[in-house]
Amino acid sequence: MSLDKDTVRKIAILARIRVPADALDGLSVELSNIIGWVEQLNEVDTEGVEPMTSVADMDWPRRDDEITDGGRAQDILANATDPEPAPGGKDGGGFFTVPKVVE
Amino acid sequence: MTALTELSLAEAGKGLEAGDFTAEELTRACIEALEGGRDLNAFITETPDIALDRAKASDARRAGGKAAGPMDGIPIAIKDLFCTEGVLTTAGSHILDGFTPTYESTVSANLKDSGAVMLGKTNLDEFAMGSANVTSYYGPVKNPWKGPGGKDLVPGGSSGGSAAAVAGGLCSGAIGTDTGGSIRQPASFTGIVGMKPTYGRCSRWGIVAFASSLDQAGPLTRSVEDAAIMLGAMAGHDAKDSTSAPIDVPDFSAGLKEGVKGMKVGIAKEYNLDGMPGEIEALWQQGMDWLKDQGAECIDVSLAHTKYALPAYYIVAPAEASSNLARYDGVRYGLRVEGESLDDMYEATRGEGFGDEVRRRILIGTYVLSAGYYDAYYRQAQKVRTLIAKDFTEAFEQVDVLLTPTAPSAAFAIGDKMDDPVAMYLNDVFTVPASMAGLPAISVPAGLDGDGLPLGLHLIAKPFDEVTLFRAASALEEAAGFDARPPSPKGGAS
Repeated sequence: MSLDKDTVRKIAILARIRVPADALDGLSVELSNIIGWVEQLNEVDTEGVEPMTSVADMDWPRRDDEITDGGRAQDILANATDPEPAPGGKDGGGFFTVPKVVE
Repeated sequence: MTALTELSLAEAGKGLEAGDFTAEELTRACIEALEGGRDLNAFITETPDIALDRAKASDARRAGGKAAGPMDGIPIAIKDLFCTEGVLTTAGSHILDGFTPTYESTVSANLKDSGAVMLGKTNLDEFAMGSANVTSYYGPVKNPWKGPGGKDLVPGGSSGGSAAAVAGGLCSGAIGTDTGGSIRQPASFTGIVGMKPTYGRCSRWGIVAFASSLDQAGPLTRSVEDAAIMLGAMAGHDAKDSTSAPIDVPDFSAGLKEGVKGMKVGIAKEYNLDGMPGEIEALWQQGMDWLKDQGAECIDVSLAHTKYALPAYYIVAPAEASSNLARYDGVRYGLRVEGESLDDMYEATRGEGFGDEVRRRILIGTYVLSAGYYDAYYRQAQKVRTLIAKDFTEAFEQVDVLLTPTAPSAAFAIGDKMDDPVAMYLNDVFTVPASMAGLPAISVPAGLDGDGLPLGLHLIAKPFDEVTLFRAASALEEAAGFDARPPSPKGGAS
C-alpha cells in the first residue's frame, strides 16, 4: 500500500509532529517504500500463531502495593522550562507551565 | 612497556593490581588520547574532572586494600543513551537539549560501584536509530579505520561513538545498547568485540527507551575476556525493571579457556543471502574451519523465517518507538518550541526536535498501530516474531551456538546509503533475528576485507547461556588472531 500525502499529513497530526508542507511529497515516497518492503510479511502463514509481546519467559513480578519512592518534586522539576514554584514552600511541590489550555 | 591506552581491559586491571601504574595515570593517558582523537567526534560530552576524581578514589581504595574487583580504576566510555546523574544526557537528539538527569541508570551505577572511571558520554545515532552513526544531532562519528585514499568511514551504529572510542584506544572499554545490532554491527565495522546479552540480563532502568521489548545494554571491548569481565559488572537483577531477570550473575569468564572440543555449532543456510559478497562468505567458512579444527562439530540447521526478521523488526521497533517517544512533548524537560496552544507547542517542539530518521520511524510506528492497520501490520509482525523465536528454540535442541557473519559488508563511506532507508536497514540483516528472539550474541573481529577493513563473525547462544557464548567466542578469537589496528588518530601507525 502506498501512503499518499493526505495519509502522511494525518499520521503526522496523530504523532503530533509538525511536518512542513514541502516535506510531505518526499516522506510519502520514503514511507511508501518502507511499508511496501515490510508487506512481504503477508507471505507468512500465521494462522493459529500467538503474537509475541515479550521474549522474557517469566511471570510478571508482583510486590506489595505500598509507596516506595517520592518527595522528589525538585528533582522532577529540575529540567523543566520555566517551572512555577508552589506557593508557600520550596519542597512542597511546584508546577510545569504550558500554554493556556482553558480560557 | 606498551602504551597504557593499548592495553586490554584485563591487562590494565592486572597492571593496576600489580601496582605497575595507578588508575590516575591510566585515566590521564586516556584523557590525553581522547583529546588527541577529537576528530573522530566519538564523544558528545567529555567528563575529565569526574574521571580524575573517580580514578583518585580508586587509587585510594586500592592503597587501603579495598579494591572492588577487576573493573576498579578502569576508564570507560558510556553511550549517551544512559542517564547519568548531573551529566548532560542527549540520546543524540536536539529534543533532549540541556537534559541533565537527577538519577543514574542501573547499568552505569553498577559500573560506578565496581570502581569503573567514566571518561565521558559517547556519540550515537539519534535515539539509537541508525546503523552508521550519521543521524546524531551532534554530527557523524568517524571510524578510526580509513578507507582507500584515506576516506572517512562510518563506525557503524547506533553505538558508533562507543565503538570508535574503543577501537581508537581512547578508553579501555565502553558500554552501548543493542536493539537490532547496535553493539555488534559497529564492533564488526571497527575491529573490536561487541556483545549483546540475553534480554533481561542487564537492567534497562535509566536507559533512554527506543524499543522496550528489544533494547539491551552490553559491552564493547578489545577482547572477548574484556567483554566477559565488563558484563559481569553491568548485569544483575533490578527490581526497577520488571523485565530484568531475577537470576544470579554467573562468572562469565568461567569457560574462556575451556575450548570448543565437542561443541555443536549450528550453521543456518538461510543466512546465505542472495548477493552476499564473496569475502563475507569466505570468512564465514573460515570461521567454521577454525572451530572444527579445535574439535567443534558444525551442524546444518534451518531457521526458516530468517528473511522475515528484518521486515518484522521494522514494524515492531518503530511501533514501540512511536509509543516511547510520545513523552518528548516540550513540557517537562528538553527542548520547548513555544506555540499558541498546547497542541501547537507539542507539534512545533517535536517537529523541530526530531531528526529525519526518528521522524520517519515515529510516523511508520504511528501508522502500523493506527485503527484499521493494527492487525495487518503490527499483529502480523508480532506473530512472525513468535515463529522466528520458535525457529531458534528448535535449532538449539540440536546445537550449542550458531555461527553467522555479523554484517553484510565492511564499513562504508560517510554519506553512503543516506538516500535509501531500506538499504541502510539491511546492515542489520544478520543481527536482528537474535534480537527478535532476545538471545545473547557477540561479534568477534575475524579478518580484513580487500580494502584492509575489519570484518566480524557473529555467534548466538541460548537464553542466559552467555558462558557458552564467551567460550566459543574466545576460541574464535584465538584462531583468528586478529591483531590489526587502525592508524593512530594523530597520524602514523599506532
